[in-house]
Amino acid sequence: MELDSVILSRMLTALTLAFHIIFATIGVGVPVMISLAEFMGIKKKDPHYTLLARRWTRGFVITVAVGVVTGTAIGLQLSLLWPSFMQIAGNVISLPLFLETFAFFFEAIFLGAYLYTWDRFKNPIYHWLLSIPVVIGSTMSAFFITTVNSFMNTPQGFELEGRTITAIEPLAAMFNPATPTKVFHVVASSYLASAAILAAITAFYMLKKAITPYQKKAMKLTAVSVFIFAILTAVAGDLSAKFLAEHQPEKLAAGEWHFETERGADLIVFGTLNDEGEVENALRIPKALSFLAHGDFNAEVTGLDQIPEDESPPLWIHYMFDLMVTLGFYALGVSLLYLIFMSMKKWNENNKLLLWLLVLNGPFAMLAIEFGWIFAEVGRQPWILRGYMKVAEGATTSPHVGWMLLLFLTLYAVLATGCILVIKKIFKGNPAEVELEQRYPEITGKDGGRT
Amino acid sequence: MSFEYIGITVLWLFLYGYLIVASIDFGAGFFAYYAKLTKQDHIINQLISRYLSPVWEVTNVFFVFFFVGLIGFFPDTAYYYGQTLLIPGSIAIVLIAIRGSFYAFENYGSKHSMLYMFLYGGTGLLIPASLSTAMTISEGGFIEETGNGVHLLYGELLTSPYSWSVVVLAVVSVLYISATFLTYYAARADDEPALQLIKKYALFWSSPTIIASLTTFIAMSQHNREHFQNMIELWWVFGLSVGFFMIALFLVYYGKYYGWAFISVMFQFFFAFFGYGASHLPYILKPYITISDGLTSEPMAIALIIAFIAGFCLLVPSLFLLMRMFLFDADYVKGKK
Ligand code: HDD
Ligand code: HEM
Ligand code: HEM
Repeated sequence: MELDSVILSRMLTALTLAFHIIFATIGVGVPVMISLAEFMGIKKKDPHYTLLARRWTRGFVITVAVGVVTGTAIGLQLSLLWPSFMQIAGNVISLPLFLETFAFFFEAIFLGAYLYTWDRFKNPIYHWLLSIPVVIGSTMSAFFITTVNSFMNTPQGFELEGRTITAIEPLAAMFNPATPTKVFHVVASSYLASAAILAAITAFYMLKKAITPYQKKAMKLTAVSVFIFAILTAVAGDLSAKFLAEHQPEKLAAGEWHFETERGADLIVFGTLNDEGEVENALRIPKALSFLAHGDFNAEVTGLDQIPEDESPPLWIHYMFDLMVTLGFYALGVSLLYLIFMSMKKWNENNKLLLWLLVLNGPFAMLAIEFGWIFAEVGRQPWILRGYMKVAEGATTSPHVGWMLLLFLTLYAVLATGCILVIKKIFKGNPAEVELEQRYPEITGKDGGRT
Repeated sequence: MSFEYIGITVLWLFLYGYLIVASIDFGAGFFAYYAKLTKQDHIINQLISRYLSPVWEVTNVFFVFFFVGLIGFFPDTAYYYGQTLLIPGSIAIVLIAIRGSFYAFENYGSKHSMLYMFLYGGTGLLIPASLSTAMTISEGGFIEETGNGVHLLYGELLTSPYSWSVVVLAVVSVLYISATFLTYYAARADDEPALQLIKKYALFWSSPTIIASLTTFIAMSQHNREHFQNMIELWWVFGLSVGFFMIALFLVYYGKYYGWAFISVMFQFFFAFFGYGASHLPYILKPYITISDGLTSEPMAIALIIAFIAGFCLLVPSLFLLMRMFLFDADYVKGKK
């Protein structure tokens, strides 16, 4: 493989997106959890929940900052690295990109207000109300950017003759066939990953420090959320697969190693390819692929034999798909286990093993997001605009991309280190129990700091 | 008004908005660092952080809005600027990233880390310098289009007196705008020691600003005669700008109506900025993109304008709320909340 500016542009885009997506996911999901916790605090008149919201917010601000700057980076980089693509995209799909900036505006304004008004209102419900626009703003940014990504997978709303674009319909481009399932899956998985990370932090704290009523409530709230969002994510994922079967069969076929078009197709789980390109060591679930693709065990599923050779995506995305799904079921399983333990009076849901499983679930969920995006993006190859423009035609011709790759690699290393150090510092010197006593001395007397 | 004029006016307004809010922000970061170096931080840093904390993210969105809107209304800019600005653009991204994140790190995490303050103080001056490159190359003469794409002529850019005069103007304007705003903010907070210190900064940075503006004018006459001629025809706009500069200077010196002083500064830059913009037309990027043939398709232009109006109706009340909570709430400004 030669490191030309196309490959380097792809590497730099992938690097920035892979980094941004971590913070973007947290940016979409954590406000929901904060809002939920604050609301429960008001409803139950329980300062534990209010403190939970407060402390989550404090860590959240740091991740928002990194989300904002890496988002600005990817926004500019799209033009810097893919100028010809953005020229077309600018003509056809700039509406949601433009609307997204309003969503950012809205979120940014109310986030500022939310952060600095904790003790300003007599009635705490007013402060909680400020969290709603933050939730709406961040989820809307996810919505708008995802429509752009959907457009790249199933472009419509324009006609291309040579390099001139005509018959542009901005709304048709935005609401393309991929939009519904993609938005649903991206939003659900962001909520899931955020809840999973907060649950993991709580579980870790319980293992390392102490199991206090405060931590127990945090655990219950986050574990229930993980469970609900995991179900939603799986449903959305299933719908995404059905969408692929209909509109982007080559992605599904490459992802599932489905070579021959056939009825009652088996689902291949993991496995390897031998030199002849045959599947070995795999788990075959009879007819399951037909069901995943069409909701019918005997339906016909398009295989790679129907796809021109130079238009089929790389086969290694199979592993990305399998890892994503496995980690999704892991999240579902662990949270279900926790709920079962919780509902059994005799069982202790906060046992060491279960807590460790929940700690693992946090990073796993974020990995699932990364695998999911790699599957979706690489599965679109060789297209940047499916059916219209190949990745190689969209890239910059500048000879300096390699240096920029090094520059950004350094930048992200610095940002990641700074982010981790600062978040550690915020919470290390200031454990929840101490803060609880300082802020709400009236309650720590009666129900005790520790059990 | 035709679509291209609506489009460019909206974008220019937002760029102007960014110019003001970002200058305040960048300059404030620099002053905070400078005060720390000269051991005067106890006087002003509290004040600066009260203003900056709730608004820094909003500042960034102004910028994002501008470049996303530019690509939406004039998609050819993505191609020409994208091809040519890879290096200056990437440097600007890195600076913005360092500034934004280390601001948050310092403010919410490691209070008073000298390194973090240096990072966001120093980058605050480098960002306007690097962003001004985009403005400079729009004058033409710094780009060549060959068979295999468009390229930036680094040699020309780095040796041009015009490009350096723009850099200097950008940096001193940032310090000047920021200092007059903070003077006003300190006056509102009844913070006499901070007021006296920042007022000195404001007076100090006024003369470099006007000198740099003149230098840029002269350099422009050498670099792009046509644009210079257009500017001369709009002489009254620049005259108004100078007039407001005088008023602002007088008010700050006189020491009473700091709010009006800052508004005069805003007008000073408003007229200069719009005079520059108007005389730049019809080119967006000379000679490759003009506003009329660079415009996006009509359906998209209409969609964007509708989106803009709808978004604006959402934003204005929200921004108003934010300002009431933090800028015009006397108790907050004074640190009682
Ligand atoms: C926590 C993360 C997570 C989890 C547990 C899952 N996914 Fe996923 N998946 C994503 C996170 C994700 C994602 C990051 O959100 C992607 C990348 C692009 C996209 O649209 O969503 C994605 C893409 C994606 C696609 C491609 C959509 C497209 O390219 O248009 C399919 C078919 C699935 N997923 C299917 C599933 C199934 C059947 C799952 C079973 C439970 C599943 N996903 C769990
Ligand atoms: C308009 C928007 C987008 C453009 C122009 C774009 C373009 C690209 C390109 C060209 C690649 C390289 C493909 C490859 O390496 O095979 C890539 C990879 C990637 N993109 Fe997209 N993409 C866009 C939207 C998104 C969105 C919204 C996300 C979500 C965060 C995303 C996530 C990723 C990820 C994670 C990769 C890495 C895949 C890999 O490792 O190769 N992309 N993108
Ligand atoms: C091609 C892909 C993408 C581009 C061009 C992009 C662009 C941006 C930009 C410019 C910002 C900074 C806005 C500001 O100044 O406040 C940002 C932040 C953000 N992005 Fe992305 N983004 C992309 C992918 C995504 C995806 C896939 C999601 C959601 C799943 C997402 C969600 C967010 C959120 C929520 C923020 C706000 C920061 C935060 O709250 O953490 N972005 N993005």
